[in-house]
Amino acid sequence: MANLVEIRGLKVEAKTDANRRIEIVKDVDLDLVPGEIVALIGESGSGKTTIALTLMGHTRTGCSISAGSVMVDGQDVVQMSEQQRSRLRGAVVSYVPQSAALAFNPAKAIMDQVIEVTQIHGIMPAEEARQRAIELFRALSLPNPETIGERYPHQVSGGQLQRLAAAMALIANPKIVIFDEPTTALDVTTQIEVLRAFKDVMRRAGAAAIYVSHDLAVVAQLADRIAVLRNGEVQEMGQTVQILEQARHPYTRELIAAFEPHRAPVVLNEIDERRPLLDVENVVAGYGWSKIDSSLLVKAVDNVSLQLYEGRNLGIVGESGCGKSTLACAISGILPAVSGHIIFDGRELGPGYKERTAQQKREMQIVFQYADAALNPARSIDDILGRPLAFYHGLTGEAQSKRINALLDMVRLPTSLRGRRPGELSGGQKQRVNFARALAAEPKLIICDEVTSALDTVVVAAIIDLLRELQQELSLSYIFISHDLSMVQAICDKIVVMYQGKAVEELAVENMTQPQHPYTQLLFSSVPKLDPNWLDSLARERPILTA
Amino acid sequence: MTVETSSTTRRRPRYQIKVVGMLGLAIIVFWLIVAALGPHLAPYPIGDIVDQDYFGPMSRDFWLGSDYLGRDMLSRIVYGARYTLGISLAAVTMACTCGVVLGMSAAVAGGWFDSVLSRFLDAMSSIPSKLFALVVVSAVGSSIPVLIFMLAVIYTPGSYRFARALAVNIAAMDYITIARLRGEKMFHIITAEVLPNIIGPVLTDLGLRFVFIVLLLSGMSFLGLGVQPPAADWGGLVRENIDGLPFAAPAVILPSIAIATLTIAVNLFIDNLPVKIRDRSE
Repeated sequence: MANLVEIRGLKVEAKTDANRRIEIVKDVDLDLVPGEIVALIGESGSGKTTIALTLMGHTRTGCSISAGSVMVDGQDVVQMSEQQRSRLRGAVVSYVPQSAALAFNPAKAIMDQVIEVTQIHGIMPAEEARQRAIELFRALSLPNPETIGERYPHQVSGGQLQRLAAAMALIANPKIVIFDEPTTALDVTTQIEVLRAFKDVMRRAGAAAIYVSHDLAVVAQLADRIAVLRNGEVQEMGQTVQILEQARHPYTRELIAAFEPHRAPVVLNEIDERRPLLDVENVVAGYGWSKIDSSLLVKAVDNVSLQLYEGRNLGIVGESGCGKSTLACAISGILPAVSGHIIFDGRELGPGYKERTAQQKREMQIVFQYADAALNPARSIDDILGRPLAFYHGLTGEAQSKRINALLDMVRLPTSLRGRRPGELSGGQKQRVNFARALAAEPKLIICDEVTSALDTVVVAAIIDLLRELQQELSLSYIFISHDLSMVQAICDKIVVMYQGKAVEELAVENMTQPQHPYTQLLFSSVPKLDPNWLDSLARERPILTA
Repeated sequence: MTVETSSTTRRRPRYQIKVVGMLGLAIIVFWLIVAALGPHLAPYPIGDIVDQDYFGPMSRDFWLGSDYLGRDMLSRIVYGARYTLGISLAAVTMACTCGVVLGMSAAVAGGWFDSVLSRFLDAMSSIPSKLFALVVVSAVGSSIPVLIFMLAVIYTPGSYRFARALAVNIAAMDYITIARLRGEKMFHIITAEVLPNIIGPVLTDLGLRFVFIVLLLSGMSFLGLGVQPPAADWGGLVRENIDGLPFAAPAVILPSIAIATLTIAVNLFIDNLPVKIRDRSE
């Protein structure tokens, strides 16, 4: 069969602010036959999205295709005029973005946006397009397919919006669909529904697809073939089963190895049962305090109690909206708890951070999910790490400089990074700086709020190892807040599962893999496995939980 | 991948310089020199009637012609630069400093401080600026300190609104939360954490506001309420010589050109500031 897509010797260049050209995609060849799903997998910066976008003749600002050809359906998009390309986009090649929430216009009804492309290209009358959209909604197992199109983007959930974005991509019967990390922003429990819908609809539509992702397990469920990318080059390419079972390239093996969290043998230190480091008792926190009936409009954390002992780690897991981040805010005092007690190191803490002493604030540090937002982009690493040293310990000049070097060394970063700004570091490096800043305070407890969810699998494994080493060196305790179960299981000796604001189950190290509560069971079974048949083997009807 | 050597990180930072920005800077520097060295550059004293004719053309004795009384136009423009640049710069600095500091504080502090300040300054900005200026000048009389202070008061609310809108977005970032949790004082948060992230737009705003102030000052002088004779800023020069318009006298065109070059140059410069090149992997 003729190839639908033939990429030959593709090179993409980017220009830096010093007018230097860097090749970000180096000599890539890729084929796609009709109806096939090829996955591009690799860490961030490996060029996977850049390659996928060239199928539409598009490069991001500052980049350009410098050599090679991209034949799509017998035509070379590199040679096309911009006008010809726009005829191609949406009609022959369509795109499903990572964040559907940003891709939809909040001011227009969903239906109008889904069928917009058929109107631009004049493919079918609006009424017919609407009928087809409703069929697609049904095929994507969206609730109320007849009426969901009348809603606005903020009236549907994230998982539904992602499926609606797929409907938007498929409406014009394209030959190729590009999926750009479409499930990365979703919870594992939602991810399953979306993946299953994608798989069904792609099977029915018979379109070919390029699936861009950094998650090998997700890709294994959908793809026929996998191309492993690194530094803008294809490292290895083959059938899905072949890549998973007989990976040849060391990088692919590393990816697969990172997937199996290597749990270090847990050596639990002796603890004093009567004196936990952190004791949270019946904490209630939320938003919208009403003075009239003294209650919360939204009770995000409902009567949660937990204990953490010195030198131990506690994991808090649950899907988005379950209140786990609000709990972190309540413990750290960002959002004062409405009732309940937080006892830290034997002393009761004030509900808000303003009511806590300087020492209490110093000993409990919080590390946020997005290092991008947690590090001031306008200041150098030197300033970012120097400030807490000066603030907490009064270190200045030479002493401060020495301590900054020691901190960077602790998080395994070269000291040559000191003059750089956060924007000039990779995601993993930024998260390390974020940790170094928390360590600068010399804390007893670090609350890690989803610290690894924005990072690549291989980087996550490295960060977990680092945290474990730091714990041994500095006798720290961690609270991990995450939706990533495998990461939490790898490092914690106790897990609290939260669901709708309540702690529904507490798992100790011995029974970590045998949950009792139905929600925990659902959560555990939703974590994708490297087995390509995993998705199909799951029970068709997943239990629907009500609290 | 390229290997990082210590020499690349220690090298002096290079800047990407834009030609348009430099052109703007050159014009600003030219006018600053003119303002600074005014009395030494001017061929005649400011108030002396030196030409036989009024609205005289450009000649060897009077390079830029003469005004409605026969005074040397070049000397008057050179002296006028002092008033226009000095008053406008002082006023714009005051307005933007007050506006930006208050705006950042309101965004970071929030709560009643923000509400009270915002409503108060909203009320201020609801007063038409030219009317306000006319009333103030006719009430307390026109002097240079009064002019500066009045212009600063008029342009503070706009600057405040602008800075607050920018700072509100920054104040919601996690790094501000971390600074708060650390127990940082307001001064540190606004100067070290917020200001570096909004300085670009704030400077652009300062450039625009400078232009508005030059124009309002010129407008005031045109109405006779600005700088008082025999001294005159550029706007005043335009007004004095407006009768020369039918004669195509240089006396009315040239101060207008001076105002235009200065205001355009300030904006060219601020929109094209040199950018530090941060590509280090060479």
